[in-house]
Amino acid sequence: MRSEKANSAPLGLKIAAAAGLAFMHLPILLIFLYAFTTEEKSYQFPPPGLTTQWFAVAWNRPDVWAALTLSVKVASIATAVALVLGTLCAAAVSQTRFFGRETISLLVILPIALPGIITGIALRSAFSMAEIPFSFWTIVLGHATFCIVVVYNNAVARFRRISGSLIEASMDLGADGFQTFRYVILPNIGTALLAGGMLAFALSFDEVIVTTFTAGQQSTLPIWMLEELIRPRQRPVTNVVAMVVVMATFLPILGAYYLTRDGDQIAGAGK
Amino acid sequence: MTIVAESIILPQRRSTSGRLSDFFWRHPHVLLAIFLAPPLLWLGIVYLGSLFALLLQSFFSIDDFSGLINYEFTLATYRQLLSESNLDIIIRTVSMAALVTLVSALIAFPIAYYAARYARGKWKALFYLAVMLPLWSSYLVKIYAWKLILAKEGILTWFFAKLNLLWLIDAWLSLPVVGGNSLSVSYTGTFIVFVYVWMPFMILPIQAALERVPANLIEASSDLGGTPAQTFRHVLFPLALPGIVAGSIFTFSLTLGDYIIPQIVGSSRLFIGQAVYAQQGTAGNIPLAAAFTVVPIVIMGAYLWMAKRMGAFDAL
Repeated sequence: MRSEKANSAPLGLKIAAAAGLAFMHLPILLIFLYAFTTEEKSYQFPPPGLTTQWFAVAWNRPDVWAALTLSVKVASIATAVALVLGTLCAAAVSQTRFFGRETISLLVILPIALPGIITGIALRSAFSMAEIPFSFWTIVLGHATFCIVVVYNNAVARFRRISGSLIEASMDLGADGFQTFRYVILPNIGTALLAGGMLAFALSFDEVIVTTFTAGQQSTLPIWMLEELIRPRQRPVTNVVAMVVVMATFLPILGAYYLTRDGDQIAGAGK
Repeated sequence: MTIVAESIILPQRRSTSGRLSDFFWRHPHVLLAIFLAPPLLWLGIVYLGSLFALLLQSFFSIDDFSGLINYEFTLATYRQLLSESNLDIIIRTVSMAALVTLVSALIAFPIAYYAARYARGKWKALFYLAVMLPLWSSYLVKIYAWKLILAKEGILTWFFAKLNLLWLIDAWLSLPVVGGNSLSVSYTGTFIVFVYVWMPFMILPIQAALERVPANLIEASSDLGGTPAQTFRHVLFPLALPGIVAGSIFTFSLTLGDYIIPQIVGSSRLFIGQAVYAQQGTAGNIPLAAAFTVVPIVIMGAYLWMAKRMGAFDAL
């Protein structure tokens, strides 16, 4: 039994935790304020006035739309590839035991465990050695590689919880392997795959380090932002785009959380 | 006898998919191979292939006169890597990564501890989201937010001016190494942004490690006369250490390879990531860039090996 006293945290801990969370959140909130500022030339605080005109200006910018479209296309295809490869890998690793299983987990994690610049420059020099010109597909190739791990992690966690007897029962009742997959396994792993896919999409949508090495002349939305950060052209438009990007990445994260949260409680996350 | 056996064993399935599924059931290794082949081929060819190709290039050298790559095995590039100015870059980056990791752990620990031990039910979910949202929100937007904050006309200067503490910033900026013309072009600025961007990666592993510490262990320690400080030092901290090490893998590795943060918020002195970027881009010296990437690979290899021995991977 936990006593009442143990349930209230010491004041120092409360303050430290609250300060830590404030440190994480206030800078992002500031982005929202700056999207409405009337100041064009500097980052003056407090803003001299508030306006919504920059939303219209950003809306009418073709370069923003081009970058956004490219980002969405790349993220969609990279996510699709990562979903297939990550799920296959997770199914093999969790359903069977074989030699070199640990090595495969390591191999999948490696693209995000090593700094992104290494993945980026390795791909770039490989493309130039193989004389592959930079294109839409070279960006996708890089993104899919580091998105596999996100899908893999989600799928492995779910596969571990599917009881083997469920699959055996389906087989005993006369279903073949494909029917078992369609009617038993897929409904069980569906939400985990959706969550993994959303996270992979968010990861790809935001990636800049690998992309600078594999993109050539094209710019995805993060590359567009990076150029604005290095050589600002129209700061208010950057402010607006930054705010939209923040909101756009929140949605998949919230979605992935709601899709997987029940499972975490079953698994006994607390104890 | 034979009649009984035949009625027990099901007849063979007629459809193609049925026959295929029977075949896989009898030969599970074939199915395993079919599952593993696509991801292994992808990662093996695309990722490991290009990684090895890169490492191979670090053993070539660049011809000083023509600027072309000389495809002969040599250690000259590594000799160049160990020159004084390049060693400076390596030391600067590694000490920055170590400092960022340390401070990240200090900030992350109270959040993780509160979430693991005191937050319950709805609050726990809220805490989780409060950590996940900043962790996943756009990397560039986070850097941009700090550009807004650290700018001379920005919110930080405004805040300190309101408190009549501007002299404090000026005094800090006049310090030798950490100072500079303004916060956004000093090591201090780079450091703050590094901590801000990578610290969230520290919280969840520490929280996972702390969740596994039974509450009655802490109570037992205080029952036996341990002060809170002693309980922390001898019970809580050793049990949380694998989680801290697991989190530090991210903060350390990510700081080690970053080239965008020091480029946008920072002084003109290079970090490893920037050196790699400059060598492969404007300088066109791929061998030296490749040799530079070996540094984080070796450091992270040693780090991961040590972390594995400390049991940090169980906390991931």
